[in-house]
Amino acid sequence: MSEDLVNLLADLKEEEVLAQVKKRLDAGDDPYKILDETSKGMAIVGKRFAGGEYFLPELVYSGEVLKQVNALLKPKLGAGKAASKKIGKVVIGTVAGDIHDIGLNIVDFMLDVNGFDVTNLGVDVPKEKFVEAVKQTKAPVLGLSGFLTPAFDAMKETVEALEKAGLRKNLKIMIGGGQMDDEVRKYAKADAYGKDAMAAVSLSKKWFGVN
Amino acid sequence: MTKQWAELTPSEKREERFKRWISPPGVSFASPQSAKAYKERTTRLARALQLQVPDRVPVFLPAEFFAASYAGTNLRTVMYDYAELKRAWLKFLNEFDADTFLSPGMVPPGRALDAVDYKLYRWPGHGLGPNALSYQAVEGEYMKASEYDALIKDPTDFWLRIFLPRICGAFEGFTQIPSLMSFQEIATVSFVPFGLPDVQASFQALLEAGRESMKWLAVVIEVGNAAMAAGYPGMAGGLAKAPFDTLGDTLRGTQGIMMDIFRRPDKVQAAMERLVPLVIDSAVAAADFSNTPLIFFPLHKGADGFMSVKQFETFYWPTLKKVLLALVNEGILPVLFAEGSYNKRLDVIQDMPKGSVAWYFDQTDIFRAKKEIGDKYCLIGNVPTSLLMTGKPQGVKAHCRKLIEVCGKDGGYILAGGANIDEGNPDNLRAMMAAAKEYGTYNK
Repeated sequence: MSEDLVNLLADLKEEEVLAQVKKRLDAGDDPYKILDETSKGMAIVGKRFAGGEYFLPELVYSGEVLKQVNALLKPKLGAGKAASKKIGKVVIGTVAGDIHDIGLNIVDFMLDVNGFDVTNLGVDVPKEKFVEAVKQTKAPVLGLSGFLTPAFDAMKETVEALEKAGLRKNLKIMIGGGQMDDEVRKYAKADAYGKDAMAAVSLSKKWFGVN
Repeated sequence: MTKQWAELTPSEKREERFKRWISPPGVSFASPQSAKAYKERTTRLARALQLQVPDRVPVFLPAEFFAASYAGTNLRTVMYDYAELKRAWLKFLNEFDADTFLSPGMVPPGRALDAVDYKLYRWPGHGLGPNALSYQAVEGEYMKASEYDALIKDPTDFWLRIFLPRICGAFEGFTQIPSLMSFQEIATVSFVPFGLPDVQASFQALLEAGRESMKWLAVVIEVGNAAMAAGYPGMAGGLAKAPFDTLGDTLRGTQGIMMDIFRRPDKVQAAMERLVPLVIDSAVAAADFSNTPLIFFPLHKGADGFMSVKQFETFYWPTLKKVLLALVNEGILPVLFAEGSYNKRLDVIQDMPKGSVAWYFDQTDIFRAKKEIGDKYCLIGNVPTSLLMTGKPQGVKAHCRKLIEVCGKDGGYILAGGANIDEGNPDNLRAMMAAAKEYGTYNK
């Protein structure tokens, strides 16, 4: 039965997933076990996305199903008990002057299902806010997203602000989105350009030294 | 002309539309030289677009709002000061010797947007920094999932009473108008709703936006006429969208449309079918009005990263194709600007008649596209935007040379950028023109 939930979620069977979660919670099943199974299901979604079997519609849909599962689980989960151990912290955001978030949210999703603790600062993030977030979270990896060409300069300025704040040395910075490529990476003085969300995951894994 | 328009075959219609573009009725050129140059430019484009060999590879400069920064002003200023808009766009026109002119018509009139409290965009000084280089669309669920039936039943009613009040703060009053479908000849209370203070305020805002738009339009037309007189043709007779994008960008938002694919696929299909004739009618009207046979389609949510090939074949392509075929039958040549990449769709999009449309690629592997679809459709593109923004003129020129030599082989190719650049080194744009002239001349 528990095998089921993992696959039902991975196969995006919304009604069946919700029905089973409700039934098991009513029967007094351990909500942490259910939570763990949903994480496994989402990890499969992430794998299928990386493998080119799933696309944005499936990510969005699975995210929506997960939201409903979490709403069911929340009242049953005690406070303070961490769901699972994370690999490490990654801060992401769309740079100043750019309000695009589709790519950003895919990266958030993929990092999350691959075990990272993601702080998503959202869109149109001023460089000061990136500096503050890196300082606060002590995250060693930062992802800058941008869709439009003005993001080239905003990325450059964000990297410079981190340098000025003395945070650059222990920080790996990756960029991606819309019109970004390795030329922009050089221009902005970031460490890496990732062409998609899978690249964000593999870069983060590399920098955290995990496989 | 002996035959009525409706009796012409699609290819006769196309010939007629291109004739009107190449030899426009009623245009007074500044000089015989500009008349000749105009004809040369349109003929060059017309040949390339229809898979023939022109005198040389034509160029679309990727410079949507570039004129503003080039002329030392900015988008904020030209959105509100039409004299500056005119000055900047004419300066760009006169200093680049391009193959087309860029219309200032892509710069929206700021005060018209202010008058209606337009919420679909953020623009410089209005949600974006005063020096922002472009406006940006605000994603949102402007149509609710439960409203598909309202859209399908009567799109006009849906726009007026549901959609417009959501996207324009000043149109709140339109929610108080009853559906006009129930209008009767017993005219006792028929006009009462239009006397309500909120409804009147909304109409006042609409009238103000209209007045402001006329001032803006006068300048846009003036610049367009000056460009024509100087010998530069416009490149787009109008814009149109894929039905899926109208639903996904404008109405439901990315999140909403992606969910709908799973939860209510039939409604998505029915709504797109409902939009098909509307897109066709407005595109034909635009081509008629502008005497330009090209309609540009900026394509968004069908790109490689957005959906699978199967979803593309199921949800994106069929209704778009219906629109395209109808326009082709009307003699129009749709130019499909595929934002992002279309590497995985090159097979699917082959099912249109030869020369029917042109594909304008952003990040698609255009060299591969030349091999796979280059004998079927004119290809346009795609100097990387990053190269144009951060590179040097020599680098740009070298890349253009490669594009010209590979994609320009046997004609059917227009050199262009991937996406538009709004600032940067003007010499990088000049390098594109120089490359076309130096490497793109065909032997006669």
